[in-house]
Amino acid sequence: MNLSGNSPTQKAIYWGSHYLMIAAFVVFALFPLYWLLKVSVTPNDILYTEGVRMWPSRTTWENYTFVLTQSNFPHYFMNSVIVAGTTAIVTTMVAAVTGYSFSRFAFRGKVIIVALMLITQMFPLVMLIAPIFKILAPLGLTDSLTGLIIVYTAFNVPFATFLMQSFFDGIPKDLEEAAMIDGNTRFQAFRRIILPLTLPGVAATLGFVFTAAWSELLFALMLVSSDAASTFPVGLLSFVSKFSVDFGQMMAAGVLALIPACAFFLLIQRYLVQGLTAGAVKG
Amino acid sequence: MQAGKLPVARRGVISRRLSGILEPYLYVSPALVLIIAVMLMPLILGLSYAFRDIRILNPFSGGFVGMAHFQTLLTDDAFFGALANTAWWTFGSLLFQFTLGLILALLLNREFPGRRLIQALVFLPWAVPTFLSGLNWAWMFNPVVGPLPHWFTALGLMDEPFNILSDPDLAMWGPIVANIWFGIPFFAITLLAALQSIPKELYEAASIDGATTRQKFISITLPFLAPTIAITLMLRTIWIANFADLIVVMTNGGPADSTQIVASYIFTQAFRRLDFGYASAIAAVLLVLLLAYALGVIALRRAMTHADS
Repeated sequence: MNLSGNSPTQKAIYWGSHYLMIAAFVVFALFPLYWLLKVSVTPNDILYTEGVRMWPSRTTWENYTFVLTQSNFPHYFMNSVIVAGTTAIVTTMVAAVTGYSFSRFAFRGKVIIVALMLITQMFPLVMLIAPIFKILAPLGLTDSLTGLIIVYTAFNVPFATFLMQSFFDGIPKDLEEAAMIDGNTRFQAFRRIILPLTLPGVAATLGFVFTAAWSELLFALMLVSSDAASTFPVGLLSFVSKFSVDFGQMMAAGVLALIPACAFFLLIQRYLVQGLTAGAVKG
Repeated sequence: MQAGKLPVARRGVISRRLSGILEPYLYVSPALVLIIAVMLMPLILGLSYAFRDIRILNPFSGGFVGMAHFQTLLTDDAFFGALANTAWWTFGSLLFQFTLGLILALLLNREFPGRRLIQALVFLPWAVPTFLSGLNWAWMFNPVVGPLPHWFTALGLMDEPFNILSDPDLAMWGPIVANIWFGIPFFAITLLAALQSIPKELYEAASIDGATTRQKFISITLPFLAPTIAITLMLRTIWIANFADLIVVMTNGGPADSTQIVASYIFTQAFRRLDFGYASAIAAVLLVLLLAYALGVIALRRAMTHADS
């Protein structure tokens, strides 16, 4: 491909504008996060006077110490870790066996099951909020982390299944056939031979599901009513509506919410394309 | 494999045949049970709520009301406002997400030093939890802590710094900008994947034939991207139309319902008014509209492929 013209000047102009546009995208992507960080380390007394300065004249950690020691955020954080972590593990296990069966078996009803899973990816989950609340309430699963885990697991299984299937599709069938000739059952072959080969896929699926469960807001708002069962988004939002002037503290809490998501993002970055094509609907 | 009384050979044949039939279903069953219990059953139950009076705070509610919710809906200005807002929100977000995502994908499709790092950085917004993206952008638009109103004033776009999120005429731009920020990576990634699957020889051959950059883009790049573009645009339209998180976080549908979309209106009815019956009626209408949209797109595509051949 020869987009850059032939003469050195044309080349310089092309690459100059290329880098300029890239830089604009990088700034647009990172500036809001940079600002979050900046306000979180700005002392309260100069927050307004130095409102638009790129970096405050003094910085402080007091917002972080407040959030970590005086507020409920460590508790919300732990709740979110439990919910997102359990959801990620359970979803990945369920998705691994389902994705494997999609990849290896032809069976009656498969088309219907695949279609069902595809449709769930498209439909407005918000319309399930009321009925799910009504179903979970008598079971004692509202205002409970278990309830959230069940709901999130179900929501994430279809996408995670297609993702895992794409990894299984890349592994030759001969491998488990050889293992089965050696006397293993298919499930043993799957567990001992195939699954270890898809460990990168398992890690990517864990990361995607963890990030999705960590971010979920609307069902958590509806299903959780007490501080004890609040996840991070619910806690942060109630903090915002109660103490809407403590910007430094809110933003310090925001930075904390960003950490696990970003850590997982860096981990799964290599698999982004595969994940997004598997879950094209999900985002 | 359980050891039975049958001779080894026959036992092997029977159990293998049986497990051959049953095995796939065993693998699929946990997922199927979850989806049916947590998605399919609530969906059917929700559709039945649309015809019932279900308010959580009213213990006497629960009876059937027939089409009453839908009749209320017909005269509900807030609902029709939400419909119009949904269209505005969806196409406003989509247009910018797609255009900027495509430009970014084209930029990243060329090899240059530091490309991997840049790619990770520009894709980062996609990993930011949506509630945080919403809050973060709400703060960016807030004149007390955010720089944007001050910049707009300096540029002469505003007489004095104010929060566009509290101006009914401008408020929708807040969530849309946040959505663009959040959604560019998605389009960039999918389009980049499609770009990288185009055979390089095609460009080389076209260069030898003396094609210009623009000719190559129009006759090679675009036709190759077209299927990806069509499918992602259709799926994203549905996804964004249902995506209420940013609006709930940033404006809660306000001021004066000016940013209320249908999805956030359903959430408001269920979560704040605890009127599950009415919320479900709106949800049923939304489902029908989305279905009609999907069928319309499919019919259109079929008509277009027929026109081609």
